[in-house]
Amino acid sequence: MAEITVTVNGKSYTRDVEPRMLLVHFIRDVLGLTGTNIGCETSVCGACTILMDGQAIKSCTQLAVQADGSSLTTIEGLASNGDLHPVQEGFWEKHGLQCGYCTPGMIMASVDLLQSNANPTEDEIRHGLEGNLCRCTGYHNIVKAVQYAAEKMQGGN
Amino acid sequence: MGKAIGQAIKRKEDPRLITGQAKYLDDIQLPGMVHAAVLRSPYAHAKINSIDTSEAESLPGVVGVFTGKDFADLNPLPCAWQAGGVNNNANTPRTLEIDKVTFTGAGVAVVVAESRYIAEDALALIHVDYEVLPVVVDAKKATEPGAPQLHENAPNNICMEWSCGDEAATDQALADADVVIKQSLRNQRLIPTPMEPRGAIGVFSPVAEDYTVYMTSQAPHVMRLLMTAFVFGIPENKLRCISPQVGGGFGAKIFLYPEYCMVAAVSKKLGGLPVKWMETRRENYIATTHGRDHVTEFEVAAKNDGTITGLKVETYANLGGTLSTIAGGIPTTLYGRLLSGVYKFPNIYCKVYGTYTNTGMVDAYRGAGRPEASYLVERAIDLVAQKLNMDPAEVRRVNYIPPEAFPYAPASNILNGLKYDSGEYEGALNKALELVDYKNLRQEQAAAREAGRLMGIGFSSYVEICGVAPSAWIGLNGEGWGAGLWESANVRVHLTGQVVVTTGSQSHGQGHETTMAQIAADLLGMDVADVRVEHSDTLGTPFGYGTYGSRSAAVGGVAIHNSVQKIIEKAKKIGAHMLEAAPEDVTFEDGKVFVKGSPDKAKTIQEVALAAAVAYDLPEGTEPFLDDTTYYDPPNCTYPFGTHVCIVEVDKDTGHVAIKRYLAVDDVGKKINPLIVDGQIHGGVVQGLAQGLWEGAVYDDNGQLVSGSLMDYALPKAHFLPMIETDSTETPSPVNPLGIKGAGEAGTIASAQAVVNAVVDALAPYGITHLDMPLTSQKVWEAIHSSGNGRE
Ligand code: FES
Ligand code: FES
Repeated sequence: MAEITVTVNGKSYTRDVEPRMLLVHFIRDVLGLTGTNIGCETSVCGACTILMDGQAIKSCTQLAVQADGSSLTTIEGLASNGDLHPVQEGFWEKHGLQCGYCTPGMIMASVDLLQSNANPTEDEIRHGLEGNLCRCTGYHNIVKAVQYAAEKMQGGN
Repeated sequence: MGKAIGQAIKRKEDPRLITGQAKYLDDIQLPGMVHAAVLRSPYAHAKINSIDTSEAESLPGVVGVFTGKDFADLNPLPCAWQAGGVNNNANTPRTLEIDKVTFTGAGVAVVVAESRYIAEDALALIHVDYEVLPVVVDAKKATEPGAPQLHENAPNNICMEWSCGDEAATDQALADADVVIKQSLRNQRLIPTPMEPRGAIGVFSPVAEDYTVYMTSQAPHVMRLLMTAFVFGIPENKLRCISPQVGGGFGAKIFLYPEYCMVAAVSKKLGGLPVKWMETRRENYIATTHGRDHVTEFEVAAKNDGTITGLKVETYANLGGTLSTIAGGIPTTLYGRLLSGVYKFPNIYCKVYGTYTNTGMVDAYRGAGRPEASYLVERAIDLVAQKLNMDPAEVRRVNYIPPEAFPYAPASNILNGLKYDSGEYEGALNKALELVDYKNLRQEQAAAREAGRLMGIGFSSYVEICGVAPSAWIGLNGEGWGAGLWESANVRVHLTGQVVVTTGSQSHGQGHETTMAQIAADLLGMDVADVRVEHSDTLGTPFGYGTYGSRSAAVGGVAIHNSVQKIIEKAKKIGAHMLEAAPEDVTFEDGKVFVKGSPDKAKTIQEVALAAAVAYDLPEGTEPFLDDTTYYDPPNCTYPFGTHVCIVEVDKDTGHVAIKRYLAVDDVGKKINPLIVDGQIHGGVVQGLAQGLWEGAVYDDNGQLVSGSLMDYALPKAHFLPMIETDSTETPSPVNPLGIKGAGEAGTIASAQAVVNAVVDALAPYGITHLDMPLTSQKVWEAIHSSGNGRE
């Protein structure tokens, strides 16, 4: 067992974990934050995407011990004071989700994308989300959701 | 109608989904829960001589290890839909296999441990003595002499031999035709891949001696029926099935699977400990059902003017190593019966062999049989066009069933007594041609060819059978479905004026909580926000058949409509009493009961609901409460249709196909929520495009699934695709009072052939007339370079 301390959605947690425990299992099973989903074991689907120190990572691809000392944001921590993040709002407004399983990861990846490119083209959005799979939407409304969020975050409406 | 049906409102279910608050199966934690991992056969065909679990049992943290022998008292899983009217040599899986395995991934043992990590560790400590047997993976080769035999009761691996249509008349049409084109094709195997894999949690109560099973199911009521009546042999009320939030299904989550029985049976063995099993993606690929996998030969006969005079089809449908729940109905009823497409083909015959092979089970996958039929028909049309040097749009036009022919019974009685409900096929084509500016497009194509670029235009005109019913047609004596296919709804208007709708269908992404609320709110004249839709728990809810075959709105939605109508009748009676008027003098409009002509003195539905619930003063003989349950069995299926156009450009040097434009003109009848319909079309279209260009499940000769992970199976990513343009025509279905046809599968049924036809059109200069899906860069490049004109 190894002791780690991580900040998740602004709250600090110190826990003993098995060295082999994946970060996504730590978040889901140890901390009980089940909004982050698991869709594969090959680091392809992106359902497990969270932010680590502000950057999108696939939490199934890291060990919990690697996260020691870092600050994580999961889907549960994205809205602030009950206000949805513009990306969450975009997914709702533009029907960017159906079954919703890819959605937490897709939203976190989109947040990261808009941090580095505030006004992406359609092509940049599509390439920016290539690490995240969605089986339901055909991506059409996901692109629109990200466009909506980009506009909103730049003060447009 | 009121104001809610037809509105593109945002979904009611989304707030929990976009904030991470939804509870999918893997999110459920129960006190004392233990975790199961399944040992799966690494061989595609083998006898199990013995299994030694002792080492695994002694690993710290392991709670129990079980093999098939521990569950020998459970029956094999049932096959609930066998092909109608013929002999089916049904062989189905067991909770865990005992003597032999017929595909890689079949479960042979289970470890239950304090954590999934420990359970997985223990799997490596189980020793199975297998006697490996020879393997066959191809649907047609399995029937040839000398092929390995999978099941004693199925000589030559044939599970069923089914046919529809008129063979003699079709042969005659082929003999008399101006042109006959013969083509073989493969409709490749696909892996449904909902982003949430399957899972289940079983809880046995030693006190009540009953079970609760949480499961990722599209049809929890049906699961309860199949598990209790067929596998466990216990009364239905001894099992409660709950589908929590379900992350996509696409057909693969309709079926009863061994693991759902396993978690229940294991929980009982462990004295009632909750047992969770969650599928890994690898397991999902090898142990959950696949779709399609047809080997087909067909002949199409036509006159020189493009009129098609006959279609004769022979298909070998791969069903896998054992039969899944409704496997038999997919390549028969849902395939052969649709081979007239949108056309007035005068002669049709189809013969289907369903065969066992050493591969994973094949069952319904989005569209289920209908994409296979539409693909074949639309390829046939293009082959005729190419042969006669006619415009493919024109060949479609001359063969369409005209609007005045509805209701239309396809020739040779291939629809077995049913008739297409309504259609305006040319209208959808005309709209599509106009939207893509077809004339100009062909000029653009000619210019591109001049410039040495390969542009292609592909069409797909389709019709599908949706809202599959009626029970008397589809049932055991007809199409072989082992039950009915009606749907239930319960509607209650509570005393606070809040409505609860309970449906027997199940939402795993379709948005029932929104669209079904729209139906009830519209008819009751209420706010959508005041209607709550409940589903997916068998406890205390009316039986329902679940969600598949684009049936939830067209059958389930109509059940809600009918219940609301009965509630309105009762509300009128009570409202009239409150208004001191005669029942026949009042009317119900916009949520209010009033005397005809005096809308200002009205009782709202909320006021009536309160009066009905407190029951202080009701008309004589009236029961309290506004509550009604309907079991709706439609008189016919519904038949959505449309025309899709795909425009591609093929890179000569690499064989890469770029989709330049995709337009879908669909007619799904009346739309409840256009936002949701469009979303269904987008997703459906992309699944079909994925079959056309990228996806394919590949087994090697040893029966190993080579495309066994998301690294190896080409699920489309965002940048593979353009925006999907959608438009529609609206021909209400006369089958139901809401005019709904259904929208869940339309996109998938239409799109694979649109892109394939486009690529073949682009490659026409090389004399290429057909390529089998998926049209990967390599395949296209090879086709160009092995054609006479392609060698440079
Ligand atoms: S779970 Fe699929 S990438 Fe992490
Ligand atoms: S919404 Fe279902 S996988 Fe994306």
